Amino acid sequence: MTASLSFDPIRLPPECVTLRAEVGAFLAEEIAAGTFDAHHPEHGDSYNRGFSRRVGARGWIGMTWPKRYGGQERSQLERYVVTEEFRVANAPANLHFVADRQSGPILLKYAPEHVKMAILPRICRGELCFAIGMSEPGSGSDLFAAKTKAAKTDGGWRINGTKIWTTSAQIADYMLALFRTSPPTKENRRHGLTQFLVDMKTPGITVNPVYQMTGKPGFNEVVFADAFVPADYAMGEIDGAWKQATSELAYERSGPERFLDTFYVLPELIRALGPEPDLRGAEGLGRLVAQLHTLRRMSVSVAGMLQAGKEPVVEGSIVKDLGTVWEQKLPGRVRDLAAFLKPERVNHTALEDQLAFATTIAPKLTIQGGTTEILRGIIARGLGLR
Amino acid sequence: MAGERDHIVAETAARILADFADPQTINKAKNGAWQEPLWQALSDAGLPLAWVPDALGGSGANLADGFAILGVAGRFALPAPLAETLAAGWLLARAGIKAPAGPMTLAPCRPHDRIIIDADGRLSGRAAGVPFAQDCHHIAVLADGGNHKVIALVDVKGCRLDEGRNLAGDAANVVTFERVIPRRSAPAPDGFNESSLMLMGSAIRSVETAGALEAILSLCVAYANARVAFERPIGKFQAVQQNLARLAGEVAAALAVSGSAADAIAEADTFDDAVLLEAASAKVRTAEAAAEGSAIAHQVLGAIGFTQEHVLHRFTLRMLSWRDDFGNESYWAAELGRHVARRGAGEFWPLVASR
Repeated sequence: MTASLSFDPIRLPPECVTLRAEVGAFLAEEIAAGTFDAHHPEHGDSYNRGFSRRVGARGWIGMTWPKRYGGQERSQLERYVVTEEFRVANAPANLHFVADRQSGPILLKYAPEHVKMAILPRICRGELCFAIGMSEPGSGSDLFAAKTKAAKTDGGWRINGTKIWTTSAQIADYMLALFRTSPPTKENRRHGLTQFLVDMKTPGITVNPVYQMTGKPGFNEVVFADAFVPADYAMGEIDGAWKQATSELAYERSGPERFLDTFYVLPELIRALGPEPDLRGAEGLGRLVAQLHTLRRMSVSVAGMLQAGKEPVVEGSIVKDLGTVWEQKLPGRVRDLAAFLKPERVNHTALEDQLAFATTIAPKLTIQGGTTEILRGIIARGLGLR
Repeated sequence: MAGERDHIVAETAARILADFADPQTINKAKNGAWQEPLWQALSDAGLPLAWVPDALGGSGANLADGFAILGVAGRFALPAPLAETLAAGWLLARAGIKAPAGPMTLAPCRPHDRIIIDADGRLSGRAAGVPFAQDCHHIAVLADGGNHKVIALVDVKGCRLDEGRNLAGDAANVVTFERVIPRRSAPAPDGFNESSLMLMGSAIRSVETAGALEAILSLCVAYANARVAFERPIGKFQAVQQNLARLAGEVAAALAVSGSAADAIAEADTFDDAVLLEAASAKVRTAEAAAEGSAIAHQVLGAIGFTQEHVLHRFTLRMLSWRDDFGNESYWAAELGRHVARRGAGEFWPLVASR
């Protein structure tokens, strides 16, 4: 067989049931205390330092990491439960989520010991927000066309250039960014980029907001003008960032956040349809349920493979491709199914509001973290077509 | 979960089917002479009665093993009643009825078909789309006795069969029971009903569909790498790559959801809410994948894939037919939707997360 895809029917182990109950109770307390409103999707896309610290205190950030760095050495499947419960509840986890999902694991793998000791425990305590510096005004999906330069200087590097579309930069404590340390070679156009840890308080860094089509800030432009980065903040091999990119992708791409970003419209539809929906409502709802269940089973399976030490890059990319296309279409499907419902129903306004929000954010879902086209290129390579 | 034994059984099935049921060979065959040696080899390996306990004349494999066999059967687009015999043996075993030798099928295979058993123990009713009925000696029947369900073993020759074929040309008969006296009958387990049988059948068809999709993906990738157009293998064109990546997505979805449903049934004691979510979802999503995957595969292979001579249709048409067995995707979507609506919005996520 040229291409063999594997999705073992991984079940969450019993400790996940207990953990899910603990997470549920914690979120219920936070909701009761007024930290956020579970019916308000905008809350799921917000920053709350107090909330993140309390999550950290429960041991739910960096929970798979070694204890010496502040982690709990728990499994990927347990982390999965925390992630999905937070997402479904619209919990304001933006402050710590990127650090938990991808920045921390990169530091764990490539940072010098003293840097790990200084930063990872603070991520686990929910104190640190991370941004990712990939795209530039002249390069997006084509990562390896990045031009922002890191020039060798005494004890470190001088950074000059601009990153853009950088989520969280306005609030981030650190950024993990790709900078050009050498020109690409003829043989390898991906050569010459190095991954760096950047302290966002470094002089010479300016963050300018870029407003999104939702009317809200979210993107940023980050300008580096002779910003100094110390030598020990270079992550991994100089000029060799391209070798380091693959295994993290499976973590970044296959999680529940890749199909649950517009989930809230589905329970709202169920509320609107009522306990005895007509055939059109029932059939339409059932399809969405079947598709969601499928995506979740795929995603849990990938989490299980990661836990087992595998690198399911193709499977992870498939989850993100199918998942983001699905969550992007979900508001439209729900809108169709609600089209003939009577406006007098109790949750009319709630459904309309949630649909409006979901419809507005939907376009970004298949762009952020690797566009559909890039993902399908990766899948095609995995199939042996490239 | 796929264990060691799982692999051994699946490998045995794959070896036998490669030797006796190669799709290319069957596609070229002028007659059905390949059937006899195939069935002999399958029987010698104990595969058709894998789901029948030793005491009832079977080979006593577990459910996971049987589903692994079915995945392999799907990869070969097997035009023989292996899945049906497995399912029939399994159904008979629910009531402790010994399985006869030879290929079997089962009824009903449509959600609304009912076969009634009267006080004298005679069966009456009509079952549409019974796969391979005319090629089998026996039918395992789930009959409705009013306030109880009965499982019965029936001789095909005692029933009236109307000629019928599915899209792929496999026999799919309307079977009419007119006061038929079964060879044997016994009460079904408490709570076991037509819906349970439809869920089991749906899981079976889902697993076979996922297998067929796997084979289609391999076939398409190999073709795209070999076929040259505009001086390049067509697989080098991004438009074709994007299509094949989408096909891989459909294959992945089908594998994941059918594997999950099979596992759910293998681990469950009864056909409860969890099995409903799993097996109904599997039928819905694999049927969608069959339609989407079939369209992409035919697009990639162009005219050659539309010929009788090429094996692609053996996979695509069979998959498309399987959508209609044991409740089609629209039926199960409506069932699932009603179930979720009845439970209410608050109970929705906990149901999904429980799997």
